[in-house]
Amino acid sequence: MKFFFSSGHGACPGCALPIAVKNVLYALEGKCFVVNPTGCLEIISSQYDRSAWGVPYIHSVFENAAAVAAGIEAALKALGRKDEGHVVVFAGDGATADIGIGCLSGMFDRDHDVLYICLDNEAYQNTGNQQSGLTPPGSNTTTTPVGKLLPGKVGKKKDMVAFALAHGVKYVATASVAYPMDIRRKAKRAVEFEGAKYIQIHCPCVTGWGINSNETVKVAKLAVETALYPLVEYENGELVRVRKIKQRKPVEEYLKVQRRFRHLFKHPKGKEIIEMLQKIADENAKRFGLDE
Amino acid sequence: MVRKVVRGFYAVAHAVKLCRPNVICAYPITPQTEIVENLAAMYANGELENCEYITAESEFGAASILVGASATGARTFTATCSQGLILMSEVLWNAAGMRLPIVMVIANRSLSAPLSIWNDHQDSMAMRDACIMQVYVENNQEAHDMIPQAYKIAENRDVMLPFMVCMDGYKLTHAYEPVDLLDQETVDKFLPPYDPPIKLTTKDPLTFGCYAPPHCYMEFRVVMQRAMERAKKVMEDVFEEWAGLTGRNWGGLIATDHMEDAEVAVVAMGSVVGLVRDVVEEMRKEGKKVGLVKIRSFRPFPVEDLRKALKDVERIVVFERAVSFGHEGPVAMELKSALFGHSDAKVYSFAVGLGGRDIPKQLVRKCIEKSEEIEPGFYFEGVKDFEEVIV
Amino acid sequence: MKITLGAVSKPYTSLKMKTGDWGTHWPKVDEELCTGCGTCEMFCPDMCIEVVKVGEENGKEIKKAKVNYDYCKGCGICAEVCPTKAIKMELKDIYKVI
Repeated sequence: MKFFFSSGHGACPGCALPIAVKNVLYALEGKCFVVNPTGCLEIISSQYDRSAWGVPYIHSVFENAAAVAAGIEAALKALGRKDEGHVVVFAGDGATADIGIGCLSGMFDRDHDVLYICLDNEAYQNTGNQQSGLTPPGSNTTTTPVGKLLPGKVGKKKDMVAFALAHGVKYVATASVAYPMDIRRKAKRAVEFEGAKYIQIHCPCVTGWGINSNETVKVAKLAVETALYPLVEYENGELVRVRKIKQRKPVEEYLKVQRRFRHLFKHPKGKEIIEMLQKIADENAKRFGLDE
Repeated sequence: MVRKVVRGFYAVAHAVKLCRPNVICAYPITPQTEIVENLAAMYANGELENCEYITAESEFGAASILVGASATGARTFTATCSQGLILMSEVLWNAAGMRLPIVMVIANRSLSAPLSIWNDHQDSMAMRDACIMQVYVENNQEAHDMIPQAYKIAENRDVMLPFMVCMDGYKLTHAYEPVDLLDQETVDKFLPPYDPPIKLTTKDPLTFGCYAPPHCYMEFRVVMQRAMERAKKVMEDVFEEWAGLTGRNWGGLIATDHMEDAEVAVVAMGSVVGLVRDVVEEMRKEGKKVGLVKIRSFRPFPVEDLRKALKDVERIVVFERAVSFGHEGPVAMELKSALFGHSDAKVYSFAVGLGGRDIPKQLVRKCIEKSEEIEPGFYFEGVKDFEEVIV
Repeated sequence: MKITLGAVSKPYTSLKMKTGDWGTHWPKVDEELCTGCGTCEMFCPDMCIEVVKVGEENGKEIKKAKVNYDYCKGCGICAEVCPTKAIKMELKDIYKVI
């Protein structure tokens, strides 16, 4: 079991989460303790007597993964067992940016030796696509539905990279399931740092985003190629690497293939949102120097 | 062992230290704060070996940190009360279901609103269904003694559940009392290092915190109830061992005074027991057949012991430090359910001292005497005359 | 049924769940085109495609992708990411209209 995550789990066909998880566990050679809050990954992998995990794993509640991880790290330290493995959190975007942000802030602030990975599928997908703080603007979710008045989510995607950096987190990166080798490298690099680490991995959701099961990787790649999901890497607060984009694509190419954004092409406010998203992409490209 | 006049919070902190905890984590809240402040000072002075002391970002975080630590095989400690306990509650239910023997001290305090930092039992009563053991102590010596016993009971493989040592906020936490302070040798002899049957380790990678579909969820609840039932025997054994070791016998799940021929039984928990005992002694001297039942363990609830102790009494007077709004006092509720079909005694439930309201001796006596004249039921006592208005 | 302490589970017990009957399609690997690069294995969300040694040529291992049909949910990601287009998604026989 070189991926330390077994077949038979309950993820939807084409789910991005196992792609992220298996490549992180592979990179860390299974030498880790996994903490996983309530969410998609938890529900697909941890049914009683049907565990997909080959590493020590714990799920407690929805909003406390960072704190549980801190407790594991403290226990390993106190018991002289630090060499047993890294403490790794796999948490969804809602568990990270919304309900669990208090515990996350505490863990970052105390600088526990924990690699916190946010699997960002941009909404509460386990319960059927409700908006989270990491849902992008314009997205049609069940709690920000498209109506005559509203064009899906109003507001913006919370900047968790900035949140991590503001806490002085030593290693902060974004990644995408479109690039598993990059995920592996970043996971390995992250654990070279003692203290808190944060990686946010973009994980398309087949059902919530309304894409075909074989399009997960394609859509994830488009998010990167449009600069809507810039892949960046910070070490000790400095931007050290970005994934360059050869020929940046217009955001429409990313939006039109997903059901959650389809309304933007006919809703009266759709054009405005598309323009705003393009502006975000342009700013990302400029800010991180993405264009090659 | 050395006798010293110390405050309640120190008596607790000192006992915790002797239990060699591996992870201590807490968030400050009045009147618990001084317990963890004392532990923080011990940590800062290097007095806690193989121990990490973490100041969490909230009580919710503190409880969560201990879930991770306890599952990894650490002996853990926290203290909280009131709003802090309620904030922890989601995690504590989870810890109980995961069978993690976290030991915590509750410096009992009332709940908001209106905000009150003073003592009653409303906070821990709100946790009564969570499969967490609850023992209420009468004084600081008992609080001190309960800490090593709590670990021994919670970590027993037949039990494996969290444990709350409930001590009245301010009334005990901040009170100066002479306490025979335990020494390391005594505690080491009594309490073996924590060696859980399962833990998070890469050597045997288990999955903790699984979800259970309807085909198996109920069975997990059955075994939790069984563990609570088994805890009764484990508690009795541990209490007995403690009495043998230290010469201090605090009783079993309950402790009784003058119950052999009592016609009226007075039931209480926590620091008010001392006062009630004085009143009972006084009334005995006057020839009145009054007895005292101190409930030590509220969870597991000492059903059998209470049936035995109360089988011949005519009246039962319960002093409540909390209210189950919409019904009555929680202790009387539990008591009546335990006695149903076993006793015809009339039960009088008196809520006293809510939110730190003083409980004078005369009030205790008045309630006992009043029970002769009034109908059984639920009453607030020590309440002022007031007019209920909107603004 | 066994009821464990705190509902802990043993590792890899999800293998009891054969998910191979979920999908309508299954990947078929064209061994002529497959170079054994392992891209499909790296991406497969169900850990059910693996590059295995099938022989040797001039002292060099020959590797090909092999599908575990017990678990494949037929998502089609392997076919999408294959750099040599060696994987085709085929409709399962039971779904074919005769």
